[in-house]
Amino acid sequence: MNAESNAVPESFDSQPIAPAAIAPTRPFYWSVQRELWENRSIYIAPLAVAAVILFSFLISAIHLPSKMRAALALDPMQQQELIGKPYNFVALSIMATAIIVGVFYSLDALHGERRDRSILFWKSLPVSDLTTVLSKASIPIVILPLLAFAITVATQCIMLLVSTAVLLASGQSVATVWTHLPLFQMSLMLFCHLLGVHGLWYAPFYGWLLLVSGWARRAAFLWAALPLLAIGLVEKIVFNTSHFGALLASRLTGGSEGAPLTGSASMHPMTYLALGRFLSSPGLWIGLAIAAAFLAAAVRLRRYQGPI
Amino acid sequence: MTVIEARGLRKAFGATVALDGVDLRVEEGRILGLIGPNGAGKTTALNAILGLTPYQGELRVLGRNPWTERDQLMRDVCFIADVAVLPRWIKVSQALDYVAGVHPRFDRAKAESFLAKTTIRSASKVRELSKGMVAQLHLALVMAIDARVLVLDEPTLGLDILYRKQFYDSLLNDYFDRSRTIVVTTHQVEEIQNVLTDLMFINRGRIVLNCSMEEVESRYVEVTVHPDQVAAARALKPIHERQALGRSILLFDLMTLDKVDRQQLAAFGDVRTPSIADLFVAVMGNQTSAAPGAPR
Repeated sequence: MNAESNAVPESFDSQPIAPAAIAPTRPFYWSVQRELWENRSIYIAPLAVAAVILFSFLISAIHLPSKMRAALALDPMQQQELIGKPYNFVALSIMATAIIVGVFYSLDALHGERRDRSILFWKSLPVSDLTTVLSKASIPIVILPLLAFAITVATQCIMLLVSTAVLLASGQSVATVWTHLPLFQMSLMLFCHLLGVHGLWYAPFYGWLLLVSGWARRAAFLWAALPLLAIGLVEKIVFNTSHFGALLASRLTGGSEGAPLTGSASMHPMTYLALGRFLSSPGLWIGLAIAAAFLAAAVRLRRYQGPI
Repeated sequence: MTVIEARGLRKAFGATVALDGVDLRVEEGRILGLIGPNGAGKTTALNAILGLTPYQGELRVLGRNPWTERDQLMRDVCFIADVAVLPRWIKVSQALDYVAGVHPRFDRAKAESFLAKTTIRSASKVRELSKGMVAQLHLALVMAIDARVLVLDEPTLGLDILYRKQFYDSLLNDYFDRSRTIVVTTHQVEEIQNVLTDLMFINRGRIVLNCSMEEVESRYVEVTVHPDQVAAARALKPIHERQALGRSILLFDLMTLDKVDRQQLAAFGDVRTPSIADLFVAVMGNQTSAAPGAPR
C-alpha cells in the first residue's frame, strides 16, 4: 500500500510522513470543543446571570456608602454577614444556573445527535463511542463547575473593585470591606464545593441523564424522571418506606458527606479537614461507581444506536 | 488486494431478514455500484461494513472487524450517509477544525481549495446552505481525507442534476485513483453507469447479480427485434422483453444460451449492451416472479 501511494505523484508524497495516529487526547479535546460550539448556553447562561447581577449591583452601589456607615455600628459577625451577602448571592445564582444548564444539556446530549441524524457524520470519523460519551459527560461534571467558578470569581472581583472605588470616592475607609471579605479563601472554598459537590457528588445524576438521553426516542425528560418516581412509589406501597426518596434527597442536598462543603459561610481552615473527609467518604465513591456504570451503559448504547 | 470480504453475512430485524447470507468481495481500486429496490438490504449491508450495526457471519474491511474496531477503521474508511447528516448548527470553519482535529489523514488545505471553487463561505452555518451546497461541503471534507475506502449511500439524494453531475465528476477526477475503493448505492443508476467498474444487484437481502462492467458488456445483449423476427427471437428465451415505439426489445443473457452468439442475435435486429437501468428491471422483474435465489 505504501509503495503504491508513493508511486502517485506529488499530492500523496507527504502522506506517509504524516503520522497515521494522533494523540488520544486530541479527539477528546475536539469533542469537548464541539460540545461548546453546539451548546453555547453552557457559557452564555452563567455569563448572562453574572451580567444581570453586576448590573443591579452597580445600581445599588449608590446606597453603598450609607449602608457601610450603618454597618459600622454592628458587631463583626453581623458585619461579615452583611458585607458577604451579595458575594454569596452571586455564587449561588451562578451555581443554580450551571445546574439547570447541566441538566438540560445532559438530557439532550445523546438525543439531539440521533434526532438530527448527525450521529452518522460523527460516527464516520475515527472517534470512539467512549471518547464521545466521556466528552459529553465532562461538560456537566468538569467544564460547567470550572466555568461557574471562573465566572463567579471574576464577578466577585469586579464587585469588590466597584465597592472600593465607590467607598474611596465618598471618602470612607475600605478596610471594613476588605477585612471581612477573604476573597481568596472564599474562592478556594467555592472551587472545592463546585468540583466536589457539583462535579463528583452529582456525577451519578448526570450519568443517569446521559444514559436516558442515549436511550429514549422522545421525551427524554419524562423517561429520566418517571422511573425515579415509580421506584419511590412502589417502595412506598410495598414496604411503606421511603428510603429511595430519602437517598435521592440526601444526594441532592449534598448528604452528610457533602455537607461540610455545602455551607458557603464556613470559610475557615476546617475546609481542608472537611475536604479530606469528603474525599474518603464511601458515599462519594459509591456515587462515582454508579456514574461510571451509567456512562458505560451509555457508551454501549451509542454503539448500537442510529438516527431516530 | 481484497478490501472488503464478507461470507454468509446475515442480519435480521425481528422477523424481517435484511441480509440473507451475503457473500461479497471487493478488490482494491474498484468502484462498486450496489443497486437494489427499496428495502433490499443495501443500507444494512453498508452499515455492517461501516461498523454501525452488529451482524452474523464473517466480515472483514481492510482486514478489520468493523463492529469491534469501528473507530480505528474510520481512519481508512470514509462515508457519506446521505446529504442530510452534517449537523445544522456547525459552521463551515468549525467542521474543518473538527475534522482536522480528530482525523489523522485530513488535509485541510485540500478541503479549503475544494471549497474555494464553490460559493460556500467559511463563516456560514450548515443550516444556511442549500442542500446541494451541504453535499459539496461534505464531499470536500471527505475528499480531503486520504482514505482507502469511500462508502456512499445515496450521496446525491434530492440534489438537482447539476449538483449530481458535479458530484460524480469531482469524485472521479479529483479523488479516485487505483489505490482507492468506492462503494456506492443510488437509485439514479443511469448517472453512475459510466462511473462503475463493478455492478452488484441486491434484492431481499440476497445478491442476485455480481459482475464487472466488462462482464456485463460481454454477457448481456439487448436486441431491438424486427417485427417479423419476434417469434424466432423469443424462442431463444430472452430474460426480459419490453415494448418501445412499437418494437419489441429483448434482453438476452449469453451465459444461459447455448451456442448462440452476438452474430446470431444481430440477425434479429439492432444489438447493443443494455443500460444498467434496463438490466436492473430485467433481473429484478425475474426476481419478483421467480422464487428468490433462483433467478434464471
